[in-house]
Amino acid sequence: MTSLDQVLPLEKATSVDFGRRTIAIRRFGGRVSLRFDVRTLVVTAVLFTAALALAVVALGLGEFSVAVPDVVSALLGQSSGAVHMVVVEWRLPRVLLALLLGAAMGVSGAIFQSLTRNALGSPDVIGFNTGAYTGALVVILLMGGGYFAVSAGALVGGLVTAALVYVFAYKKGIQGFRLIIAGIAVSAMLASVNTWLILKASLEQAMSAAVWGAGSLNKITWDQVLPVMIVFGALLVVLSFYGRRLGLLEMGDDAARALGVRLEGSRLVLAVVGVALTAMVTAAAGPIAFVSLAAPQLARRLTRSAYVGLVPSAAMGAFLLVASDIAAQNLFAPTQLPVGVVTVSIGGCYLVWLLAREVKRQ
Amino acid sequence: MSEELKESVVTDVLVDPVSGFAPGARPFASRLSAESVSLGYAGRSVSEALDVRIPDGGFTVIVGPNACGKSTLLRALSRLLEPTSGSVLLDGKSISSYGAKEVARRLGLLPQTSIAPDGITVADLVARGRYPHQKLLRQWSEADEAAVIQALEATNVAGLSGRLVDELSGGQRQRVWVAMVLAQQTPLLLLDEPTTFLDIAHQIELLELFRRLNGEGNTLVAVLHDLNHACRYATHLIAMKDGAVVAEGRPADVVTAELVEHVFGLPCLVIDDPVSHTPLVIPLGS
Amino acid sequence: MELRSAPAETAPVSAGTLRPAALAAVNRHRLLGLLSAVGALALVLWLSLVVGSKDVDPGSLWPAITAYDGSPEHVIIHDLRLPRTVTGVLVGVALGLSGALIQALTRNPLADPGILGVNAGAGFFVVLGVALFGVTSIQQYIWFSFLGAVVATVAVYFIGSRGRGGTTPLRLTLAGVALGAVLGGISSGITLLRPAVFDSMRSWSAGTLSNRTWEVLASVAPFILLGTLIALCMARPLNAVAMGDDTARSLGANIVRARIWTIIAVTLLCGAATAAAGPIGFVGLMVPHVARWIVGPDQRWILAYTLVLSPVLLLVSDILGRLVLRPGEMQVGIITAFVGAPVLIWLIRRRKVSTL
Repeated sequence: MTSLDQVLPLEKATSVDFGRRTIAIRRFGGRVSLRFDVRTLVVTAVLFTAALALAVVALGLGEFSVAVPDVVSALLGQSSGAVHMVVVEWRLPRVLLALLLGAAMGVSGAIFQSLTRNALGSPDVIGFNTGAYTGALVVILLMGGGYFAVSAGALVGGLVTAALVYVFAYKKGIQGFRLIIAGIAVSAMLASVNTWLILKASLEQAMSAAVWGAGSLNKITWDQVLPVMIVFGALLVVLSFYGRRLGLLEMGDDAARALGVRLEGSRLVLAVVGVALTAMVTAAAGPIAFVSLAAPQLARRLTRSAYVGLVPSAAMGAFLLVASDIAAQNLFAPTQLPVGVVTVSIGGCYLVWLLAREVKRQ
Repeated sequence: MSEELKESVVTDVLVDPVSGFAPGARPFASRLSAESVSLGYAGRSVSEALDVRIPDGGFTVIVGPNACGKSTLLRALSRLLEPTSGSVLLDGKSISSYGAKEVARRLGLLPQTSIAPDGITVADLVARGRYPHQKLLRQWSEADEAAVIQALEATNVAGLSGRLVDELSGGQRQRVWVAMVLAQQTPLLLLDEPTTFLDIAHQIELLELFRRLNGEGNTLVAVLHDLNHACRYATHLIAMKDGAVVAEGRPADVVTAELVEHVFGLPCLVIDDPVSHTPLVIPLGS
Repeated sequence: MELRSAPAETAPVSAGTLRPAALAAVNRHRLLGLLSAVGALALVLWLSLVVGSKDVDPGSLWPAITAYDGSPEHVIIHDLRLPRTVTGVLVGVALGLSGALIQALTRNPLADPGILGVNAGAGFFVVLGVALFGVTSIQQYIWFSFLGAVVATVAVYFIGSRGRGGTTPLRLTLAGVALGAVLGGISSGITLLRPAVFDSMRSWSAGTLSNRTWEVLASVAPFILLGTLIALCMARPLNAVAMGDDTARSLGANIVRARIWTIIAVTLLCGAATAAAGPIGFVGLMVPHVARWIVGPDQRWILAYTLVLSPVLLLVSDILGRLVLRPGEMQVGIITAFVGAPVLIWLIRRRKVSTL
């Protein structure tokens, strides 16, 4: 405790023993008071730094490789010509999107896992991604649309599917088990439709559709990044008001209500934010699997905290996606794999490991 | 008989036979009451036109056989269940007209089943009880800290503060949940079967804590299974059967062999408890 | 003094607790039901031979089988529809039985070889076969498919049984989802890097009964028959296992042996079915469940009904597939999901999901 006080003399260690180092910050005559778990703070900071470091590395890798110091100066606007074009105009949108989407998926996964009180809750499991794929396939194969048309189709498909699954699973409230099974059922039906569509298309169309379906960050430009930044920002603002309720909802309906949480309203808003985040990711890059599943649990293991924290999950998600993207681009160079293939393979392995070690109580 | 009892209760003086604490001779004030409420679940009606007033400053205990509607009544009083007709009043206004956090600042509830998230420490769980008093940027004020420390000490779990809730025994865990409700610092406390699944020593320990809290001025309402515990600790007893109040008042006035047989279907003998001088129910063999 | 009255416990009523006379009546009902199922199967078989993209005169059915004379109609019936129908029966039986076995073994009423990742395992190994070894014929597919099914089944069971809580239904299901995802991801990676592999796999991945010749049938039939035999022998041990490990042991059932033989049967059945027709889901899920709904938890009756009803379901889906897009066809693997998924949803919306 003493070394911490020397480093941060104005923050007080709490006099309540939380079993872990905790600091309290009070300012403005008590109008602002916050409590932080030190380990969580440190882990989150490390993860964010690591993600950014990987991002810088990613900016330098590729056919035209750029040394790290040059990358940094390009980012600061101090270079010109080829380096500037490669780093800032070609690669930066993709890397930035990887950071943002990874963070979004981490948060979305954290929300779902907390709401369903199940370490394996994730938007992947409720059939959203399969439905988005169906919507996109319809646009790609039947309407021949471009990027934004495909995004719109994916959004519509995914949202309709999520709504359907919700309706099927709703019986005086949502039970985690029913939601998962309804998601599996609806996914299977839509997967059949997708198989059919892929079978009927030409090989070229089918392959490019399959690349989208695996989740891909190829060919991302700046005008695709901007909408994501706006939507993400808006959702984060909403989330900041509802975030704390997540932890309370985990204690059971009665306990949460006893503490003054509006159950159905909070759950609805949180679920909508979770789905919206997933929808944003899918519209921007196709359904990227397993980051939402893995990031919150991995973050939780590192912070050893009792609940799935939103911020650490975001940091871990960003880190995972940037790392996967580096792998996807460079593993089989010059052929680029869709990033979703890497995340699904790694993510599936992680999941297998998780189940084999232990599964938290539902 | 129940009608006469009700009549007399409204104007009776409440005297706790154990501590002798007498709040003064006056008709009892009641911040929390149910006015002509009908309660039910999904088409099944549990109670009709129920009238219940909870005496301020008292330790009210609701007893009755299984499925008599006592937990349902408590849930209605705590706003967990909305009455199909009639209304529950808190401080003069209908309880559903308050904001959720506002109710949580006045009324604390210890539900029957709560889930402790995996890996949570005692202090963390108790600190969650401060939620109704917190805002977006005011998450750990000095008042919050003081309340948590007080709650931990009152329930005797301060020494367990940094431990994981999962690792505690059943009795310790229940005390932690009580501490969480205490941290809420509400003048009214509702407790749904707080002593079930605890061994006898822990049951008594908890009930003594409740009595102490009551002595400090808090109003408590609890659903208890054990009739003798209820007699010993309650200042006001409400006996229910089939969704209706059969008798209410001081245990000494209300609990008779006839009542127990009527409500529970159990032939018994009621004597004076030699330690607490409250009614002691002794079942007769069949 | 506790005055709680114990909640009234209602023991689950099963056939075993009925009096002999009542039991005989129930068994008679079951037998009648089974016979009508067999009748339905016969009808469906007939339909499968007669219906298709080209209409065929029902009168020429018998002559085509007994007095084959090479006419176009006889060719359609004898060389196309008959092997297709027989394949449908065998594959249907294999899928249904393997589903019933998995459900009994894992005490998981929502198990299906597809959900448990077995299909993904078989598919993954087929992808490897095509990509690494250039296999093209069904004879070769079979072995890869088998290997994949074995590895996946064992892996899912192993993963699902570790950790706290043991082999709960949800854990197994999610282990299947997980393994299915890993294998699917890697498969997808391989196919996206090799267009030729992609092309073969996209045809394979819609399970189909069309173009199945007698040679194919001859290759898979022995395995399916062997698997069916083992499955039927497992009916009694599985009845014991269904009651929980401890009870089963006290009844003298050898759990480990039952498990091993059951897994062998599942592998044979599912591997052969997937090899012959590609991945077809939901048959293994729905039919045993419907069977359980009709006859209760006795595995012997469940297996018997499953044996008859699964081919009915599969062939009906196949027939629908021939009609829906005439003169084209829709693969049977696509249709079964549309029939099966609504049933699954209906099942979970019932107040209590029926258990074994």
